[in-house]
Amino acid sequence: MSRIDLSQSSYFAPLLRNRWPQFLIRAVTLAGFLFTILTGLIGSEVGSNNFAVVFVWIAWWSALKLFFIPLGGRSWCSICPIPMPGEWLQNGGIFNPRRFQSSKRKNWPKALRGNWLQAIAFLLIGLFGAVILTSPRVTALVLLGLFIVAFILSLIFERRSFCLYLCPIGGFTGLYAKLAPLEVRTKQSVLCAKHAQKTCYQVCPWGQYPLALKSSTNCGLCMECLRVCPYDNISVNLRTWGEEISKGSKATLDETFLGLMMLTTALADAAIFLGPWGKLKSAAYEVGTPEWWWFVIAFLLGALFLIPGLYFLAVWSSTRLERSRNTLRSALTHFSPFLLPLGLTSWIAFTISFAFTKFSYVLPVLSDPLGWGWNLLGLSGKTGVGEISPLSSFLQIVIIAAGMFWATRTARHLSSSNRQVVPLAIFIASFGIAMMWLLMG
Amino acid sequence: MNRIARLVNPVKSFIRKNWFSIVLATGIFWLPLPFPEKPPQERHIRIEASAYRFIPEEIFVNAGDQITIELVSTDVIHGLSLDGYSLVMRAEPGQTAKATFTADRSGVFRFRCAVPCGNLHPFMIGKLRVGDDIFLIRGIALGLLGIGVAMRIPSTFSKKPHIGTL
Repeated sequence: MSRIDLSQSSYFAPLLRNRWPQFLIRAVTLAGFLFTILTGLIGSEVGSNNFAVVFVWIAWWSALKLFFIPLGGRSWCSICPIPMPGEWLQNGGIFNPRRFQSSKRKNWPKALRGNWLQAIAFLLIGLFGAVILTSPRVTALVLLGLFIVAFILSLIFERRSFCLYLCPIGGFTGLYAKLAPLEVRTKQSVLCAKHAQKTCYQVCPWGQYPLALKSSTNCGLCMECLRVCPYDNISVNLRTWGEEISKGSKATLDETFLGLMMLTTALADAAIFLGPWGKLKSAAYEVGTPEWWWFVIAFLLGALFLIPGLYFLAVWSSTRLERSRNTLRSALTHFSPFLLPLGLTSWIAFTISFAFTKFSYVLPVLSDPLGWGWNLLGLSGKTGVGEISPLSSFLQIVIIAAGMFWATRTARHLSSSNRQVVPLAIFIASFGIAMMWLLMG
Repeated sequence: MNRIARLVNPVKSFIRKNWFSIVLATGIFWLPLPFPEKPPQERHIRIEASAYRFIPEEIFVNAGDQITIELVSTDVIHGLSLDGYSLVMRAEPGQTAKATFTADRSGVFRFRCAVPCGNLHPFMIGKLRVGDDIFLIRGIALGLLGIGVAMRIPSTFSKKPHIGTL
């Protein structure tokens, strides 16, 4: 399917090319972010009564998975408040694009590049999820910590090093941005080739050169390249979902590892937050107790050995069935794109269970954000228990089944024969069934 | 017009090639499954609620059973709200709350604490299974059908370089 270029649309072009709309949204998200930290620190310690917990983990976290990533890939990154102060400092102003070759900051160390640190950070969020997702103080401290680390790193390192290599949410959105129906690309490569200044690369906060973009993983959709290109040679395309992986976008070992971590945390979160096992919830919550240490051991065994081990076994069987001469390492990365639809659909299905039942918490905390007994909008005390409706169960089943289909189709595209897909399909089926059982069984 | 055609044509082509699977998928969801139904009976179930857990955590009953739930809280005030049944209970510590209902809807239903009881309160959940979990069986069948359909799609692998060169 050919693409639709939004930068040529009379509706979207002014919104994309002008810095004002983006700045206004960023100002709102920054104000909301600071307010969230404040309410988390001084408001009620009961998570369901505090704006910080409800807005971050029910409203924003759900919007990210149901709206921002499936429709816009890394679109959240273009309005994320965390790197803003550092970026403004780097740019020498709020409205200025990045200055050309003026920075004396260092490049991020080569040994720490890739998604490894993001995968570890996401794993830590999964490990401490029961505390972070329920405690306003911890939520506020985590957000404040990310804010401070992003700022300090922007003083030392070039561009958005924090977002590219450290931010756990950046890892999550970047990975699944490959599936999203939105991309920034160049129109005619010959124009880029003759443009010596490369202004698009110079101003890009992410350090991307649009002509070389083959994947949307590291493009933050900030639109700076679109604004500075003297030839109007940048397009913002609508494409079909998953087009990037079906066209054979290369994966790396760190992306493969990150994809597997996402699967593990989706399973773990479904078991902890939506399962009926009270002992598991308490073990995940009571940090430092012997039960918590058992939880840590089980979680890490699952994340580092069980799920990666099963994937390793599936890929190894797949290569053996075809008597392939490829190295196992290259096969591990070659087949890894199928992990993306499987992971994204599982997270969406989890979010439907999680957010739909807890959405009744959102309006009351607007009325009483600190949990101090206020009733600003007349909505306090109207929190319902929430329940899974037949429609949401139906949606979850269809979404996970669609993920199984999409993942197998991707694996089939990457395989030379049906026989080679069988072990991968068994992995996909096992994961999909496990997810269905945890969410609906 | 061209744009619409470009969007619609791949969908039409997919439907033409997979019409049988689509009919099958619809059947998986809506056709009745031949599971034997056990005769209904009366059940008394005592559920103990304490910090973030119900005991028993999972309850299995037959469709049509008349169920009397005794909810006992062993620490602070807890509640019980059963998805799909509009049943809400509240138990003070040391006191028993009772409610009776007929399990006339099959499937798996979560019950949740209905009274804020701490940070993990929104996740204090138990599970009631009424009859066979036909919905999950349908879901698994749908997922496996999806895998089967996907495996029938021709590979584009031959157009790509060999794995080792990637």
